[in-house]
Amino acid sequence: MKTHRKIVLLVSGVVAVLAFQANSAAQDNPAPGAAPGGPVGAAAPGRAGRSYTPDHPHSLAPYFTPATSSPKSPDKDGFLQRWLLLEPINKPNRSNTVFTDSYVRNAFNAEYFPNQFTVIPHDGDKVTVDTNELAWHALDSDLFNVKLFRFADGVNKQTYGVIFWAVTVVNSPQEMKNVRMAVGSNSASIWWLNGQEAVDLFGDRRMVMDDCISKRLTLNKGRNVIRGAVINGPGLSDFCVRFVDENGQPIKDITLEP
Amino acid sequence: MKFRILPATVPVLLLLWSSNPALAVDGEPFIHDPATVIQCDGKYYTYGTGGGGLVSDDGWIWHSGTRVPGVGAAPDLIHIGDRYYMAYASSGGGLGGGHASAIHVMWSKTLDPNSPDYKFNDNTVVASSDGVEDCDAIDPGFLLDSDGRLWVTYGTYFGFIRIVELDPKTGHHVEGNKPVNIAIDCEATEPIYRDGWYYLLGTHGTCCDGANSTYNIRVGRSKKVTGPYLDNLGNDMLKGGGKLVVAASGRFVGPGHFGLMNLGDGVEKFSCHYEADLDRGGRSVLDIRPLLWKDGWPVAGDNFQEGTYEIQSERSGYALELAVDFVRMAGGRGGFGGFGGRRGALGGTNAPGGRGPSGPVTPIPLQTLAQVSSNWPAGNIELRLGDFMFRPHQKWTITTVTNAGGYPGSPYFKITIAGTDRALAAAEGAELVAVPAFTGQPEQLWRIDQLTDGTYRVMPKVVPNSKEPLALTAIGYSTPTLAKFDPKSDKARWSFKTP
Repeated sequence: MKTHRKIVLLVSGVVAVLAFQANSAAQDNPAPGAAPGGPVGAAAPGRAGRSYTPDHPHSLAPYFTPATSSPKSPDKDGFLQRWLLLEPINKPNRSNTVFTDSYVRNAFNAEYFPNQFTVIPHDGDKVTVDTNELAWHALDSDLFNVKLFRFADGVNKQTYGVIFWAVTVVNSPQEMKNVRMAVGSNSASIWWLNGQEAVDLFGDRRMVMDDCISKRLTLNKGRNVIRGAVINGPGLSDFCVRFVDENGQPIKDITLEP
Repeated sequence: MKFRILPATVPVLLLLWSSNPALAVDGEPFIHDPATVIQCDGKYYTYGTGGGGLVSDDGWIWHSGTRVPGVGAAPDLIHIGDRYYMAYASSGGGLGGGHASAIHVMWSKTLDPNSPDYKFNDNTVVASSDGVEDCDAIDPGFLLDSDGRLWVTYGTYFGFIRIVELDPKTGHHVEGNKPVNIAIDCEATEPIYRDGWYYLLGTHGTCCDGANSTYNIRVGRSKKVTGPYLDNLGNDMLKGGGKLVVAASGRFVGPGHFGLMNLGDGVEKFSCHYEADLDRGGRSVLDIRPLLWKDGWPVAGDNFQEGTYEIQSERSGYALELAVDFVRMAGGRGGFGGFGGRRGALGGTNAPGGRGPSGPVTPIPLQTLAQVSSNWPAGNIELRLGDFMFRPHQKWTITTVTNAGGYPGSPYFKITIAGTDRALAAAEGAELVAVPAFTGQPEQLWRIDQLTDGTYRVMPKVVPNSKEPLALTAIGYSTPTLAKFDPKSDKARWSFKTP
């Protein structure tokens, strides 16, 4: 990530991932190969991520690369791969069974940092949540989906019992009517387009492409802001987003701003 | 067909039946030997023995129509270009008429008797029987082949069913074309073509015996229009073969005189009459039912029955539900289903060998509406699709709506959350909503058509501020909406499961 560059990620998705530091004993002392993303190593205490051996350092690769300074097109299937991701906010939950509509709405309506529903952050910007300083990272996913678990682990932060926020800015060459935002997430999430709620995914979910779809929306000519929030307990936090037309075909003639 | 001319005047009974999809079509659908149902200028028409017709605005409520003078037995209809051809038998059928008969064909530019173009012209004989030969020329059935050739089958139990070729531009018999024998032991045949096969639907059993008629419809198929038509065991219809399509059921006795209604978009129906509708005094009535196709054979479907159902998406397998909080219910010990405990990974505290659950095994009652609905919003509720857990917010009661019209073969339905009056409705923007109470508005009325594979298409009568017909569609695995029906996709196919 080139910190000297101003990376504007207009899409604001508040991805609230509630990562739970559940069963810290199991997490702290994983059996070999037993836990996702958990190679053998010393236990990560409290809210920190796992400690890796020197042979397996914390790294965003091969899941993410720093966002470049050029506009990025969706992938061949229309998935949006460029996001500004906030390091996870601590939101303990032993189980994802609590993620009812009401619980998730209440969780995201709480204010964690100033202007969380309107801010358009830049790479390296920091916020303080409780007493923790969390940074925004401008990243390009190397996959169709955005593996938040790997993001958290890659920046050596907690992976369970978390809320993630994500933002991106979509540039459309012309006004597009009757498009829909198609989202899958692990676990629950809510997504906004240009400040209006567009898609919600409640309950304990796995990331499924085109799982939940917005009503018919309009992409403005020019800039459009997507903001998402993903919440998770003990799970592999993850999401994927794309736009589809009336026939379910992906919208690809848009770009994501640097 | 054992021929019997019905009285020229049939008492008209205005029967306003209460909603019940188990009934045949509504109104005054009294007819015998109905022709294929044909649409003309937005109305549905059919004619029966004696030339008396039935007409309907929507295919559900039928009334007496115009009688076509001179028409004898069992007419059939077909629409080609700007002509409506009618074929009928002038006599024959045994029972006083002997077996000498002729098949007549004539045409009109319209079936609307109020139109200045309504007039049947150019009556011509296309086939005949001399009363001695092994054929009785009655019960014609048209087929317009995929290559544009026109055929008509005819015949009854006296001898053979035969097929001859006609000119589609005139309705006249093609000069030099000779009749070909294709079946025995049936009457009221109707040939159809589908996916490279010719099918001969023929009515077997006894006619005209009211509640004791064994009339039923059977089928054989062939790669050639002139046969041989073989049934599912390879037996030739010339030797009496035939696979059953439809027989008596419920309170309907003696289905006969198959007529195909291809409504497009994967919706196929068929018309027939029942020799006796036990709910209508055992009189002969018209019905229209779904036509399914299984392994290349036609099978009669049933019109949708009232009941309480899970509405399951064929796309995702998820169930239509209200977007409300999921409420957990008591039951089970979680974990490994009652196994496990502090004494080991799988050993129960009291189970011998540590392999079984401990404590008594008793039934758990279902979650009730009262346990969950108090937290539901009082106003409109959105819809989504979710894992079916037979919970109150996922069970739908579907009932017919009286005096709201219908569509071919069925009235409209209301779809409500079981135990409540909260009703599924089409909403602005071609979306869905569950309104607090059913008020009978057209956007709350639903048409449920069975598709040829047995699944269903579900459409609202009206979508607010939209003139386009739209269908219930799973636009995402977990998101329902209203969209143009795509017959090639599972997105708009639904199953109704008994919870």
